[in-house]
Amino acid sequence: MESNELNSPETNIPPELQGQVAITSLDRLYNWGRSASVWPLMFGLACCAIEMICAAASRFDIARFGMEIMRPSPRQSDLMIISGTVTKKMIPIIVRLYNQMPEPKYVLAMGACASGGGPFKEGYNVVSGVDKFIPVDVYVPGCPPTPQALLNGLMKIQEKIRSEPIKTARWYQKGPDMAEIPVPILGPDLIDPRNITLFPNGERN
Amino acid sequence: MSDMYGKGILKGLSVSLKRFIETYLDDLSWWGKRYHTDAGIAHRGSKDARGIFTVQYPEEKIPTPEEFRFVPFLVYDEGPNGEKALRCTSCGICTKVCPPQCIWIVRATDPATGRPIPDPAKFHIDADICMNCGLCAEFCPFDAIKMDHDYELASFHRNVFDETRLSKPASYYASIRPANAAREDAARAAKAASRMVQSE
Amino acid sequence: MVIPAPAQFADLTARFPEVLKPDTRPGYAGWILDQAALLEFASALRDEFGYDYLSSVTAVDYLAENKMEVVYHVYKTTGGSGVVFKIQVPRSDPIEVPSLVSIYPGAELQEREAWDLFGIKFTGHPDLRRIFMWEGFAGHPMRKDWHEPYFEEEAKPLKSRWPDGKIVMAESKNLYGDNISYPEGFSPGNQTFDPEKALYEALRNYQKDEIGLDTDHIIVNMGPQHPSTHGVFRVAVVLDGEKIVNLKPVMGYLHRNHEKIGERNTFIMNMPYTDRLDYLSSMSNNFGYALAVEKLMNVKPTERAEYIRVMMAEMTRIANHLMAIGALLNDLGAYFTPMLYALEERELLLDIFEAVAGSRMMCNYFRFGGVARDLPEGTLQMIKGLFFERLPRKIDEIDRFLSENEIIRSRGIGQGVLSAEDAIKYSAAGPLLRASGIPYDVRRAEPYSIYDRFEFDVVVRTNGDIYDRLMVRFDEIRQSIRIVQQAVKQLPDGPVMALKPMYQVRVPPGEAYGRVEGPKGELGFYVISNGKPTPWRYHVRAPSFINLTAFGPICIGQKIADVVAVLGSIDIVLGEVDR
Ligand code: SF4
Ligand code: SF4
Ligand code: SF4
Repeated sequence: MESNELNSPETNIPPELQGQVAITSLDRLYNWGRSASVWPLMFGLACCAIEMICAAASRFDIARFGMEIMRPSPRQSDLMIISGTVTKKMIPIIVRLYNQMPEPKYVLAMGACASGGGPFKEGYNVVSGVDKFIPVDVYVPGCPPTPQALLNGLMKIQEKIRSEPIKTARWYQKGPDMAEIPVPILGPDLIDPRNITLFPNGERN
Repeated sequence: MSDMYGKGILKGLSVSLKRFIETYLDDLSWWGKRYHTDAGIAHRGSKDARGIFTVQYPEEKIPTPEEFRFVPFLVYDEGPNGEKALRCTSCGICTKVCPPQCIWIVRATDPATGRPIPDPAKFHIDADICMNCGLCAEFCPFDAIKMDHDYELASFHRNVFDETRLSKPASYYASIRPANAAREDAARAAKAASRMVQSE
Repeated sequence: MVIPAPAQFADLTARFPEVLKPDTRPGYAGWILDQAALLEFASALRDEFGYDYLSSVTAVDYLAENKMEVVYHVYKTTGGSGVVFKIQVPRSDPIEVPSLVSIYPGAELQEREAWDLFGIKFTGHPDLRRIFMWEGFAGHPMRKDWHEPYFEEEAKPLKSRWPDGKIVMAESKNLYGDNISYPEGFSPGNQTFDPEKALYEALRNYQKDEIGLDTDHIIVNMGPQHPSTHGVFRVAVVLDGEKIVNLKPVMGYLHRNHEKIGERNTFIMNMPYTDRLDYLSSMSNNFGYALAVEKLMNVKPTERAEYIRVMMAEMTRIANHLMAIGALLNDLGAYFTPMLYALEERELLLDIFEAVAGSRMMCNYFRFGGVARDLPEGTLQMIKGLFFERLPRKIDEIDRFLSENEIIRSRGIGQGVLSAEDAIKYSAAGPLLRASGIPYDVRRAEPYSIYDRFEFDVVVRTNGDIYDRLMVRFDEIRQSIRIVQQAVKQLPDGPVMALKPMYQVRVPPGEAYGRVEGPKGELGFYVISNGKPTPWRYHVRAPSFINLTAFGPICIGQKIADVVAVLGSIDIVLGEVDR
């Protein structure tokens, strides 16, 4: 069985591996703890943020998932809920906030806008999905997703957390993919530093 | 100003206390039936709601009203042998009314003649653009595209739905929107009847 | 269409016989003014004719005629219809128009918007910077010949969707794989970009205090990621100790190009987009837009539809004010409990929206000539139960919970005062204006729909401080409950659509300004049709945006801790501020 298959959720432990319980139980305990205390970054972008507030309020109450502690500081949070339209003017700030979050960190794209640009995709100031810049773990479609749909997405995040073995988890390894994401620059249009090689002579083909 | 400093705060706190006590009173009067029952959920969302307001998703779910809309789906009728016939005739009205233009339809052609036939060959909806506005369902003349009630769509990848993913049976449609489905079926039957009369 | 009374016509033309010409294009109204006379005309309008309230300033790009037009809508705070006048300038850079800020300071942000999006230079404007896009962005995007990177066609529906609609993501057609384009020959090389420079220069530009210690003034940025800015709003302040000596709101972090997209959409397509303007009160947005287009089409909604519309608009107002009260209390430090109580009632209102319109927030319920569907079975019962039994009681409870609280009183009374003159001067609207003692409410000043049939009071408070703005909202909720109660009792039977539902409506050429009293203030939609399926110009007069003009003046001289309270009491929604 491929490791990436094991890493993906909804994979049951195959019978030949079930002997190695020690590590899985430890994983399970550790991940259970982590998944029940995901602290989101208090960070609203647009309409979807209102539904996020509703999800935090009494009717839906994300405290039941251990997520009610919304931290305004990225340094104290585990989960970034991108709740709304990401604009070009905002993306440098979002990338910077993402870089400031400590590992392990998760990103949930809430709503059509954050996932793929949404209804405003064609607009000149809109980024077509936040996954163009930061890695997204769970996508929640809808415009806006109802609070229950958001909770469903948060449960997917928990599901993902539960399936991550300590041994292979990205943030305990040293490697190039732990590098910070370069912050986009606001020039005549948005400049992604990773793309600069695209136009070395400034010519558009 | 009130005569005693802090009186207003106390007055406010008494409201909090009252709401706190109400929780237990309501629990008592609904003894054991307040949670995980349909009547209990309905009560917590009604004008008489008091006390704990929370609906404990995922064990409990707020019932979706008939008109609720999420991402659209395509309705198909089931034939006697279980074959699926999409109602869509590929007329293109939904693509013309969709505000963010997130519907893509390739019209099917007859392989023999190359002429277009009323059937979609490909039907895509980009759920990450769709604004759940319901205009496609409102203006589709064939009742072929309808707004779904299923909001539990969270996934680990982007969501672009194709015709297989989008199609759902007419019986499902009738189950989520009984009143609308009955009305539309009646209208279609009446239309078919009048066509019969004309052709006779 | 605003049709001023004939008597005033005579007066205005008598006063300005040479420079003022009636706008005779078919479907248009108002006046075309000579550019040179603008300042003189405006001050006469304000001081001699009593038109003291500048509602909206916007620009229109007439590409074919090669000219730009600046359109002004001016009203009297005592009520009645208004005056529309226009300035026409040739469409070749630099396009210059005198600024009206010296006469109507409420034009400040709106003129900056027109500069940013249309590139019209307002000479004499004290702080003409880009407002939504950043300084250094290439081009003025609302011009008709400016195309965005994902540009496909001038108007929807796009041909690539049907009948041969192979799905192609917009980004895969773009060279950079994203929504990006650069000017010809652009190379980033080793250039540095500083979009913030102009802001800091503007911040440093304030009246220095002569007396007092020669202390350092520091610049503090709040936002765009800040728990108390109600979204992605940013405030840059200059502080002398704790005292604010200068303040600039910085916005555009949620600029979603509503108007540019709106001018490509067909008329009906814009309806769901308006939901996303002020996403807390989508029904009001629908209302304003439907009014504007109905004026152009000259249709009247059916009786039943009118009543349903009013009911929905007032329910939206309540839902919005509940959210505003909760958020203001959050900002005052009463963390989340008042918000929870308010949201509970809001949830019950949203249930009604969900049952009637299909979505909790994005209702998309109004159509030209009526509403999308009749009230489904059982919803009238829900409304009755809520409005006759629960809400009056619950509002009193929240009122009791909050309004005598000493902490709220001491943080609110006498803080963040906006005087009546200033409120008019800065074109403040809605609760912000009425808390300052001006009983100006579009529902009474120029009744639209069927508001003249209901009994309700225009809520006024006189101190203009934070506490009064809070109390105005409580009172308005009570008035709205009254209106809904009357509407439920009078609700007639009948159809809810005056027209056959059509996915492409025919709109005759002309202009229309539809304004409603939204929960945040006067919400106006300025729509120009040229007979095509898409509007030529679609502009939103957004109350939260224009209310921010007064934000700086209110805060200067206050303590830094009051900024969040003042902002909360203005009640902005970023979807509407940035559009
Ligand atoms: S997905 Fe819809 S509701 Fe969410 S931010 Fe985008 S437009 Fe608003
Ligand atoms: S409007 Fe209805 S029938 Fe026509 S293409 Fe769309 S789904 Fe098919
Ligand atoms: S719901 Fe609206 S946005 Fe979504 S596919 Fe239908 S018309 Fe398009």
